This record gives sequence, C-alpha cells and structure tokens, in this order.
Amino acid sequence: MPTSTSDGSVPPVAAHPPALAPALGEDMTFQPARDHLLTSVQMAHFVSHGSLIMEAVVPEELNAQAIDVFREGIPPVPYGTSVEDSFPEGSFARRLVEVPRIAGALHSLVGPGPTIDHHAVHLRRPNDGQAQPLHGDAIIDVRLDAFDVQLMYYPQDVTLEMGGTLSVPGSHLRRTNESDTGRYQNLRGQTRLTCPAGTVVLVHHGIWHGGRRNDSDIERFMFKIRFNPTVRQLRLWNTDDIDKPEVSEKLRSRFPWYEHATGRLEIYNRVQMWRALTGDDTFDIDYWSTRVSNRPQRVVATAGR
Amino acid sequence: MSTTTEQLFSAGPDGAGEQVLRQRVLVLYLATSALDSSVVGWANYDGTGQTSPTTGDSDEPPYDTGVAALRDGWRLIQASQLIPPYPGHEYDVSFLKHEFLFEKLVNVAG
Repeated sequence: MPTSTSDGSVPPVAAHPPALAPALGEDMTFQPARDHLLTSVQMAHFVSHGSLIMEAVVPEELNAQAIDVFREGIPPVPYGTSVEDSFPEGSFARRLVEVPRIAGALHSLVGPGPTIDHHAVHLRRPNDGQAQPLHGDAIIDVRLDAFDVQLMYYPQDVTLEMGGTLSVPGSHLRRTNESDTGRYQNLRGQTRLTCPAGTVVLVHHGIWHGGRRNDSDIERFMFKIRFNPTVRQLRLWNTDDIDKPEVSEKLRSRFPWYEHATGRLEIYNRVQMWRALTGDDTFDIDYWSTRVSNRPQRVVATAGR
Repeated sequence: MSTTTEQLFSAGPDGAGEQVLRQRVLVLYLATSALDSSVVGWANYDGTGQTSPTTGDSDEPPYDTGVAALRDGWRLIQASQLIPPYPGHEYDVSFLKHEFLFEKLVNVAG
C-alpha cells in the first residue's frame, strides 16, 4: 500500500483556493453556506472510515503564522467551554475553525454550537526515536448515536520521514481502551499521513492513531482540537444526495486489515450509526441488520387446527 | 547432559563455538483463525538489539500468510483461542481475533 493521505478508495474533500471566513459575530451558531456543508456521500465516508481529509484547506496566511503561535502556546480552557469563549475573535485558533470549509464540515458532523473538550499542540521532535503506540484517545467509548470529532491541523508540509500521524481507516467503532492496541505496529491499509501544508484531518473520537517516529531533522507540529456536540447529530449536512447509491457504497467499504468475519460486523455497526444520523430506522445494507432482527409476529391459521 | 533454555540464554561467549541466543518475536494477525490465511497486521520485537521495529514503520507485511512465516523458520509459540461472544455483545467489534506469536532464536555470539 503506498503511503498517502488516504486509502485511495475515497476522494478526500477536494482542495480549493481557500479564503478566510467573514466575521461571524458572537458565536458559532451560524449556518455555514450550503456548499460548504458535507454531502451525504462524504458523511457516509466518515461513518465508514472514521475520518475526512481536507488537503491544503487552510490559507497560507494562517499556515505562516501557525508555528510561532504554537511555540507561544494556546491557552488551555476548561472542558466544555464554548468555541467563542475558548478562542477569542481574531485569535489564530478562532480563525482556523472559521475557515469556511472547516466550519462547514464541523457543522455537518457535530452541529452548531459545539464545545471544546480540549485542545493541544503536538510536537514530534527531530530524530526523537520514539513512536506513540497505536491508541484511541480518552477511554473506551461505545456511542453509535453520537460522536466527538477531533480536528488535526498540519501547518507545514509533512513527509514520510517527519513521522506524520498513523491512523487506521475503519477502526473507530472498535471497542478498545486507549493504548491497549499498542501491540499492533502495522496494519494493512493503514494511513501514514503525508500532506501539504494547511491540511486538516477530522477524525471520529474512536479512531486508532499515533504520532509516528520523526526520522527527519525537522520539528513536526500538529494542533488538535476535540469538539463535543451539543445537539443531536441528525441530518446536519447537505442531504440532497441522501438517496444516491454511492452512500451505501461508502458505508459498505472494507479495509485490508479487517478479518473476514469481523468486517461484516463493522458494516452492521455502520448501519446502526447511519440510522441514528438520518433518523431512518429502516435503513440497511445488504440485509445485514434486517435479517438478524426479523421476528415476525403475524399468526396464521394452520392445517392442524 | 542436556542444556536448558535458561542456560542457553544466559550463557556467555566463553569458548569457541559457544552460542549466545536471543529471541526475536513476530506477531501476525490473520484474516481467519486458519494459519494459512492472509496477514492483516503485524509486529516485530527484536531481542538481539540489532533492529528497532516500531509503530507505523512499514506498509508491507513481512509475510503474506502465517504458514509463509513457518516456511521461513519462524516457530509458532502461541495462537489465540476462539472465544464465543458474550451474550448481548455479539455485534461488538474490538481487538483483532486471530493473533499468532512466532519466535526465532538468534545466535548473537561473535
């Protein structure tokens, strides 16, 4: 599998000439422009892969300021602080999350008015000799009807040698606790991130990931923000394409590291998650959920009566 | 008189032809519980200190199947049991199920 920013099966959110958002006023309860929201196909991609990659989405103007801002530090905030209280208007972090396509993606995933769980600048020092064990953040989290999103922002070009974040597509629904997965060094189809400056990756809270060993002479920075939803995550994206067959195709995605049998359970679980996100309790893929919940109640007359 | 594994591991190179053995461990995760099924994940641990495998250091597995590792001289020392799901958790997904541990003993003397 070649090193890339994605597994190659799904187009990342397309890069485009970025532009800074206009001033948004007092809070982030605004409605992003419809063409900045995610589509149903992109949402289905997130549900199957546990991530979305937006390459070079952040304007160069911000990328150029980022590392100095990170060295200075971004003040921590208490858990559950609103975006506007966490990041004052005009601050670097506020301008980052207000980049229109980032704001649109966040709105699609966690809705208006999310709160900041926590944020942190991650630094992988040059030739540090250590990789993080593969892990999921926080603790075991079994939610299928709600999820947190972690934004990972890379202000500089990231090469393979710089130890870009390792992540495992389709691992986010696994019920494992933090670094208990540390024994897994490599999985088929894993993503060893390489990307242009200004790339943002949005991941589901459960994704297996880890900072790789930095074998270069360059400090590598990543800024992470975890968002908690404050509304039900129900049809928050642009649903114009909700009935397209590509939605089911995305939800049906298999990954090279899946065991044959467990891979089927992954699809079953995605069906449950898609039902929660759409409010459609009849949705299914290839009858995986319908078949195992079929308990007919209709009683018919029998010949022996 | 036979030599124990402990003696082999602790022996120093105090004579011509003396062996100093260290263990290399290979962990393979397979697509099914069959040893000849495809490798989906892997990890290496090197007791010789000659290499330092780590997380995310390769996209290509060392072998395509578990049996391919056997044919290359790795000795299977453990295979994961098949454990039925707990009632009520039949659709849960968690750790990889089909884990196989292999070893090679390497002479590091001289």
